[in-house]
Amino acid sequence: MILLDNVSKIYPNRSLSGEPITALENVSFKVGKSEFISLSGRSGAGKTTLLRLILGQEAPSSGRILFDSYDISEIKKSEICHLRRRIGTVFQDYKLFPTKTTYENISYIMEVMGADDEEIKRDVPYILDLVGLTERACNFPKELSGGEKQRLAIARALIHRPEVILADEPTGNLDPYHTSGIIRLLLKINDLGTAVILATHDKEVINKIRKRVITLENGRVARDDEKGRFML
Amino acid sequence: MFTSLKRTIRIGIKSFARNIGINIATIFIITLVILLFSLLFIFNSASKILIAGIQEKVDVSIYFNEDALTENIMEIKSVVSQIPEVKNVEYVSKEEALDKFIERHKEEPILIESITEIGDNPFLASLNIRVLEASQYSQVTSLLENGSFKNLINKIDYYQRKPVIDRIFSIISAVNRGGFATALVLCLVSVFIAFNTVRIAISNMGEEISVMRLVGASDKFIKAPFLIQGAVCGIISALIAFILIFSFSYAITSKVKVLAPDVSVLGLFISNVLFIFLLQIAVGVSLGIFSSLIAVRKYLKI
Ligand SMILES: Nc1ncnc2c1ncn2[C@@H]1O[C@H](COP(=O)(O)OP(=O)(O)OP(=O)(O)O)[C@@H](O)[C@H]1O
Ligand SMILES: [Mg+2]
Repeated sequence: MILLDNVSKIYPNRSLSGEPITALENVSFKVGKSEFISLSGRSGAGKTTLLRLILGQEAPSSGRILFDSYDISEIKKSEICHLRRRIGTVFQDYKLFPTKTTYENISYIMEVMGADDEEIKRDVPYILDLVGLTERACNFPKELSGGEKQRLAIARALIHRPEVILADEPTGNLDPYHTSGIIRLLLKINDLGTAVILATHDKEVINKIRKRVITLENGRVARDDEKGRFML
Repeated sequence: MFTSLKRTIRIGIKSFARNIGINIATIFIITLVILLFSLLFIFNSASKILIAGIQEKVDVSIYFNEDALTENIMEIKSVVSQIPEVKNVEYVSKEEALDKFIERHKEEPILIESITEIGDNPFLASLNIRVLEASQYSQVTSLLENGSFKNLINKIDYYQRKPVIDRIFSIISAVNRGGFATALVLCLVSVFIAFNTVRIAISNMGEEISVMRLVGASDKFIKAPFLIQGAVCGIISALIAFILIFSFSYAITSKVKVLAPDVSVLGLFISNVLFIFLLQIAVGVSLGIFSSLIAVRKYLKI
């Protein structure tokens, strides 16, 4: 369903003398429908960059990224929203809507999808309960703890039953109890047919999932193991 | 369709309420713009009335010699009224001129007495000419001076008044042009400030707008609430400006009356009330909407 074909991403270096930063170099792999991929690698290996390219947040410097048959870097700006609606993203820095309450952060996504009021009234409380934020429905993001923000970000990525979930370090701020809860949730959603790309450097998490692991090293694919374990 | 409209309006009004502080600033500045536009309109109309009033009072009188016959004068009258620039021509006979004089000076018996003492009517018959525009007077007078009947003419009193008339017109047109230019510059400046206020208001939302794009909201979906918010600001501003302009007109009407009896500011306001209201709503709403639109566009790139 997603195909990366020789993708590279080179950022210009802001200091004049420095060399350009190669965040990704000739990355190729394929994500099947309802596949679960753990993307591991050290800090700075290029995990977030990879997810940003898939979301069309940035264009690759070379290579192609296909989503079904669409080339993401060739889609018009005004049409990329249709693609993004099929993806649910947990951003590493959450990117919650600061002026919207917990409830509205989630209901906004459903409004974007064109859900009617009935569905919103039914689904939002359900997912809030699932991530344990029912009590915080009317609070704004800045009033939430780090872990609560993270769980809200996850709820926001799941609410519209996307075809792919891009989860960037979704358990970075969670205690072991919530971490295993979220991992179980992602696995369950994956069982129901949603593809998941989970970027993390958490060894415990990867070893627990025991599904395909792609390891990035300095922007290159170092390993790609079915039923992999965490390697560094 | 209906759901989305309802939803857009709800989101727009909610974000209006949540950002009330910055919206008050926006409303304040849009109100100023509308006030400027309205005042520009009112001053423009008032000065037009003023000019028309003065133009109405300016005329040229041609006095004929004692021996000029009424028939000749009537003939000249018909010739003059044929000139396209001439608005109307009025014949004042010797007797009418005397009557007018007596009427005008009836409070001053000594003057009237001295006139009647002469026994003879000292006034000359005249034609009173009004042209469409003040600048055309010299054309008409030179035409008469060079005409075949110039030996019937005793004097043309345009020359005695010419400097005064010219001065009045040059002053009015200078004031008018200067005032208009100033107001126009002020309007432009205020529009610019209004744009900037809205831009700053929305820049707080910049991050949020970019995230909206990332979760798949279409540009239209993102823009709509901001447009509603802009429109709400515009409408509120227009209502405030309307009330202010009304009170202002009410307050200055009597003062302006003293200076220029022809001009009733309140009357002007009332007879144009619909136009003024629509002008204000149009200025307010379009300013609110366009500045929001331009401000939001910047964040729709990702
Ligand atoms: N906009 C940018 N401009 C310049 N360099 C960038 C930019 N974004 C990322 N990089 C660089 O690209 C490299 C990969 O960054 P990336 O965010 O993908 O790492 P990561 O694997 O997600 O790390 P972490 O686990 O810490 O989140 C880093 O060296 C980073 O400094
Ligand atoms: Mg990262």
